[in-house]
Amino acid sequence: MQKKRSTFLFSILCFGMAFLYIPMLLLIVYSFNYSKIVPVWGGFSTRWYGKLFESEEVWNALTLSIKIAVVNATFATILGSLAGLALVRFGRFKGRTLFGGMISAPLVMPEVITGLSLLMLFITLKEFLGWPDKRGFTTITIAHITFSMAYVAVIIQSRLTGMGISLEEAAQDLGARPLRVLGDITLPLLAPGMMAGWLLAFTLSLDDLVISSFVTGPGANTLPMLIYSRVRLGLRPDINALATIIIVTVAVGVLISGWIMLRQQKQKQRDMQMASAD
Amino acid sequence: MSSQDEFEDQPWLDPDAVPFISIRGVTKKFGDFVAVDSVDLDIYQGELFCLLGGSGCGKTTLLRMLAGFETPSSGSIFIDGVEMSNVPPYERPVNMMFQSYALFPHMNVEKNVAYGLKRDGVPKEEINLRVAEMLSMVELTDFSQRKPHQLSGGQRQRVALARALIKRPKVLLLDEPLAALDKRLREQTQFELMNIQEKLGVTFVVVTHDQEEAMTLSTRIAVMDAGEFEQIGSPTEIYEYPDSRMVADFIGSINMFEGRVTQNSSDHISVSGSEEDIEFFVDYGMSIKDGNKVWVAVRPEKMRLSKEPPTAKKANQIKGMVQDIGYLGDISIYRIKLASDRVIDVTVPNQIRPKDGKHVAYWEDEVYLDWDAASAIVLTR
Repeated sequence: MQKKRSTFLFSILCFGMAFLYIPMLLLIVYSFNYSKIVPVWGGFSTRWYGKLFESEEVWNALTLSIKIAVVNATFATILGSLAGLALVRFGRFKGRTLFGGMISAPLVMPEVITGLSLLMLFITLKEFLGWPDKRGFTTITIAHITFSMAYVAVIIQSRLTGMGISLEEAAQDLGARPLRVLGDITLPLLAPGMMAGWLLAFTLSLDDLVISSFVTGPGANTLPMLIYSRVRLGLRPDINALATIIIVTVAVGVLISGWIMLRQQKQKQRDMQMASAD
Repeated sequence: MSSQDEFEDQPWLDPDAVPFISIRGVTKKFGDFVAVDSVDLDIYQGELFCLLGGSGCGKTTLLRMLAGFETPSSGSIFIDGVEMSNVPPYERPVNMMFQSYALFPHMNVEKNVAYGLKRDGVPKEEINLRVAEMLSMVELTDFSQRKPHQLSGGQRQRVALARALIKRPKVLLLDEPLAALDKRLREQTQFELMNIQEKLGVTFVVVTHDQEEAMTLSTRIAVMDAGEFEQIGSPTEIYEYPDSRMVADFIGSINMFEGRVTQNSSDHISVSGSEEDIEFFVDYGMSIKDGNKVWVAVRPEKMRLSKEPPTAKKANQIKGMVQDIGYLGDISIYRIKLASDRVIDVTVPNQIRPKDGKHVAYWEDEVYLDWDAASAIVLTR
C-alpha cells in the first residue's frame, strides 16, 4: 500500500517537472543544433553562439535592456521605499487610502492599458512641453519605474509591518531624532527588503515586452523586443542560443542567492542554539 | 526624628513631599474606545511603582504616554515639574525598557548600550568608560561583542536594562520586564532589578500583569481595570486591605461571602451570611447602615482547619467537607465544600512533616473552619 502510493506520488512529481522544464530543455538542446532549420537535428555545434555575439544588434539590445533595468531598479527602489514608509509609518494622513490604492493599482492593471496610457502621456507631453522629443531609453525607463515601484512598495510595506515599531521607538527613547532613527535603525533593517525590491524591479524591467513596445521609439529595441520581432518571422537557432544564455544566467543567480541565504539561516540557527545553551 | 526621616521609605504619606511624576486628569481615547479614563497619580522620587492589571486595562497606554509615544487626549503629565505634552520622546528625561527588549539586531551588545550616549554627543572616551562600567554591573563584560541573537533570554534582558540605564535617566519605564523569562530566572532577576534600583536611586515605573512580580518588586502598586485605578497602595495594603471585590479577587485568592449587616458600631461590624449559616464578626468599624448588603472576604491562609468540633457556637466559624487536597510541599490547599454547595479554599502550612504521609484531614472528612475577627475584610463594592 505504502509502496503503491509512493510510486503514484513519484510519477506525479515527474509529470509536473516535465511539464515545467521540458520546454526549456528543448530550447537549450536545439541551441546546439548545427542545422539552420530549428526542428531538424543536424548534429552538435556551438556556431550559433558565435553568430550571436557577432551581431551588433544583439549587443545594442542587451546593453539598452541592462541600462534601463539598472536605472529603473534604482529609482523604483527609492520611490517605492518612500511610498512604503509613508503608508506604514506616517499614521493616518489625508488621502492615505487613495494613495494606498493608487500605489497598488499598477499591480492589477492590464499591461496593455498601462502601456497605452503612458504612450498617450508622452505624446501629450511632447505636444505641450516639447519633451520627450524622442521616445526610447528615457520613456521606457519612466514607464518601467511606474509599475516596478508598486512591487517595491508592497515588499517594503510588508517588511515594515513585520518589523514592528518598537525598535524605532527604542531609538527615539534613547534620544535619536526622527531622521536619525531612519538612518540608524529603519534603513539598515530595511536593507534586505530594499535589495530584494531592487532585484525584483531589475528582473521585471528586463522581462517586460508589452509596455516597452508601446512607449519605445525608432531604433530603441530592448532584448525581449528583439527576440520577439525575430521569432515572429520564424524560429531561429541564434535566438535559441540567446535564450539559453539568459536561462543559465538566471539559474546560476538563483542558485547562488539561495545558497547564501541558506548558509546565513544555518549560521543564525547555530548562534541561537549556542546562546540558549549558555 | 524629623519629618524627613519619618517618611523616607514612604514619601507618599508625607504631605510636604513634591511628586516627581504627576499625572492629572489624563484620558486617552482610541476612536470611541477609552483606554485610560481621567486618572490622577503621583509618583515620588526613588519609588518602584507598579501598574498592575489584566490585558486591555490601559496600563501600557499610560506607560507609553509617560514615554511620549502616545499623547493624552486630555489632561496633563508633569515629570520633575515640567509639563510634558509638547516634549517629544527623544527629549524626555525618561528611558524605557521595552517588552520584547527591542534590542537593535544589527548592532552588538556594546553598540546597543552605547547608542543613547552617542546620540547625546558624549565624548568617545567617556562613552567607552561608561559602557564598560554598565556592562560590568549587569555582568555582560564578556559578551560585549555579541549580537542580540547570540544571547540567551536573560542576557538580552540585561542588555536592555543596561541600554535603558546608561543615560542615567530620572525615571525608568519598564514594560513587562520579566514576562519573557522562565520562572527560575524571573525570581532571580526580580531581586537583581530591586538591587539596581536601590543602588542607582532611579524611579522605576513597571507595567505588569503578574501580581506576584508586582508584590515582590514594588513600593506601591496601582491596580488598574477598564482604564481606571481600582486601588493604589503598598503591597501589604493591597493584599490585606483591598477596598473592592475586584482588587481582592485579582491579588491572590480569596473566599467571598455575601451577607447583611446586623450590627455596626465604632469598633466592630457583625454580618450575617446570606447563603451560608455564618455569623461574621469583624473587628473594625465602618460607616454602613444596618441591613445593607456587604461582602465579607477571608484569605485562604487566614482560616484555621480542624477536625475537632468547636466547643461552643460562636462567630467566624463554619462546617464543611473536604472535597480535594492539593499537596504543594510547603503548603497544602484544601478545597472545602460547604452546606450551601459552595467550595472554598483553605491553605494549611506543612510545618511538621506529616507522619506516615498523614495529613490533617482526608477526602470526605467533616472539618471545621474558623478565623480571627482581625482576619476578615468587609467590602461594600
